[in-house]
Amino acid sequence: MNQKRKLTPGAIATAVIVIAIYAAVFISEQFLPPTSMLFTVLKKGATYALVAVSMNLLNGFTGLFSLGQAGFMLIGAYIYAVLTIPVSQRAAVYQYYDGGIIQFALPVIPAILLAGLLAALCALLIGLPVLRLKSDYLAIATLGFAEIMRSIFQWDKLGPITNGSNMLRLFPTFNDFNIKNANGEVVVYLSTLIPFLIAGVCIFIIVLLIRSTYGRAFIAIRDDEVAAEAMGINLAHHKRLAFCISSFFAGVGGAMLAMYMNSVQAKSFTSAMTYEILLIVVIGGIGSVTGSCISSFLFVACSEWWLRFLDQKQVIGSFEVPLLRNGFRLVVFSIIIMIVVLFFRKGIMGDKELWDLFNKKKKKEGAKG
Amino acid sequence: MFQTVLPYILSGISVGGQYALIAIGYTMVYGILRLINFAHGDVFMVAGILMVYITASGVPLYISIPLVLVLTALIGFVIERVAYKPLREAPRMSIMISAIGVSYTLQNLVLYITGGLNQQYPTVPWISESVTIFGATTKVVTLVTPVLTLVLVVLLVTLINHTKVGMAMRAVSKDFETSQLMGIRINSVISATFVIGSFLAAVGSVLYFTNYTTVIQTSGAMPGLKAFVAAVFGGIGSIPGAVVGAFIIGICENIIKGLDIILIKAGISSSMLGLTTFSDAFTFALLIVILVVKPTGLFGEKTTDKV
Repeated sequence: MNQKRKLTPGAIATAVIVIAIYAAVFISEQFLPPTSMLFTVLKKGATYALVAVSMNLLNGFTGLFSLGQAGFMLIGAYIYAVLTIPVSQRAAVYQYYDGGIIQFALPVIPAILLAGLLAALCALLIGLPVLRLKSDYLAIATLGFAEIMRSIFQWDKLGPITNGSNMLRLFPTFNDFNIKNANGEVVVYLSTLIPFLIAGVCIFIIVLLIRSTYGRAFIAIRDDEVAAEAMGINLAHHKRLAFCISSFFAGVGGAMLAMYMNSVQAKSFTSAMTYEILLIVVIGGIGSVTGSCISSFLFVACSEWWLRFLDQKQVIGSFEVPLLRNGFRLVVFSIIIMIVVLFFRKGIMGDKELWDLFNKKKKKEGAKG
Repeated sequence: MFQTVLPYILSGISVGGQYALIAIGYTMVYGILRLINFAHGDVFMVAGILMVYITASGVPLYISIPLVLVLTALIGFVIERVAYKPLREAPRMSIMISAIGVSYTLQNLVLYITGGLNQQYPTVPWISESVTIFGATTKVVTLVTPVLTLVLVVLLVTLINHTKVGMAMRAVSKDFETSQLMGIRINSVISATFVIGSFLAAVGSVLYFTNYTTVIQTSGAMPGLKAFVAAVFGGIGSIPGAVVGAFIIGICENIIKGLDIILIKAGISSSMLGLTTFSDAFTFALLIVILVVKPTGLFGEKTTDKV
């Protein structure tokens, strides 16, 4: 392209909105009590947003229906946790395995990167056989892969590294990012901003990728595999690339989930987790990064916070609302999801992005001219 | 040696028969709609929960078992009408997502009703009694399952090969649109498929939970996935294939569960290797190998993709 790329109004508006959100997160964190539900939702939401966008890259943009996300998150979470537990704490964590065999600890950022890289490496290996499969066969094979990972990480013989089926804990979490003074009092709260920054950078990279030639090739494969191949796109290469990149970010997301949960245990990375993320992608709109981000926050907020009142007895005047007891929240929630899946198949954003909303006007003018 | 392996083979055959009954539902639905019905395992679990609650309300077993079978078939019918029928023209991925949604809904509904606690499955007399064969003690259900499974499969194959509904099913699975043009009522054929599949899953659940005795909202997920693997292994769309696949998977899985002890007794290894952890993983490894080596499964027909 000879023309110099101009910043579209959409790009500027998006940047403004994103910066405003980050500022709001930072400011509210300084003034609101840190135990507020808001921050739980924001931290988990940022984590899920990254994982959902990574899944969207595969399912929405490349048209590969993969259900292995929980498996790659598991790898990421374990790698992060194993590499960052401080040496002094290892004896306590690996109490059944004599302190484990790894006797060093990495800083957080390299550990996160390694978590992603190893997830991508696993994706490369598993991708060689399974990426030849079509649609639902691929789905079930990747789902199987996630289950295999879960078994391997629980294997007793790997205990000195993975701590077997016991919990990994005492590694740096989001709360450790808060800046403290000498007395241990928190001066600046960063525990919510940091996950936002990690997720933001990763999602930004994914957006850049989608808008590059590679991204266009992915979309071409999604729309028509045969036509894409006829146009000279190397199917196997691009599918593998999409699979590895998606898994890299799922691995990073797994590391973030570990930081959010403060502990890692293989048995929590079930296929139900993959289903949840898939539902987030669907609610947000398959093929929309913005949609995935919005719906992750909505999904987490609904399941963790806003619908909580449904789990407790509510009395209006002297009338006790029937049906409300533990678990009702999830029933209502799943009915909402079914309604979205059946009647609002496009999700919140369809395949539009935030910047498309601002660029619309210009497109129409272009069509006229 | 034989004495060590026998109990595992026996329970393998029993579990295999139960997987077979679930796998038939998967393979029939896939044959007709090309849909992995992710909710099928949860229908199986719901049948277990229904049995718990109906028996707890004081209904005698000779009424409650048929009642559970009928109600489960009805649930299968309703799920198809509500969640899959509106999406008939939609892309395949949408229907699959809807199936995942149904699975999520059923699990949450059961979680709400039971409070997330393990429910004790009622004891069905006779089949939960203990018997000893060749020195291995097991429940009668272990012996009943393969026999019952085979009887039901023979009945089903007869139904498919020699009745009008069966002929319609075969036609629809061959070519969806043409059979519609030939005047086959697609919707009633699909409903019939779901009713039969859910009915067999309910039979499977009575046998399965007699063995495992507790039901919880997630107890359908694993058997469901394994039954699906069995269906793929045998060649999806083929009923005998699904049954053979299910028995192979059931037996292999149980042998792996006891592999540590078997290896020690055989003198091959001297300590516990913890291989039991891999009894689930094995099924999925087998799946990936099968998909890569022979994607059509043991008895599957080869299909070609048209542009």
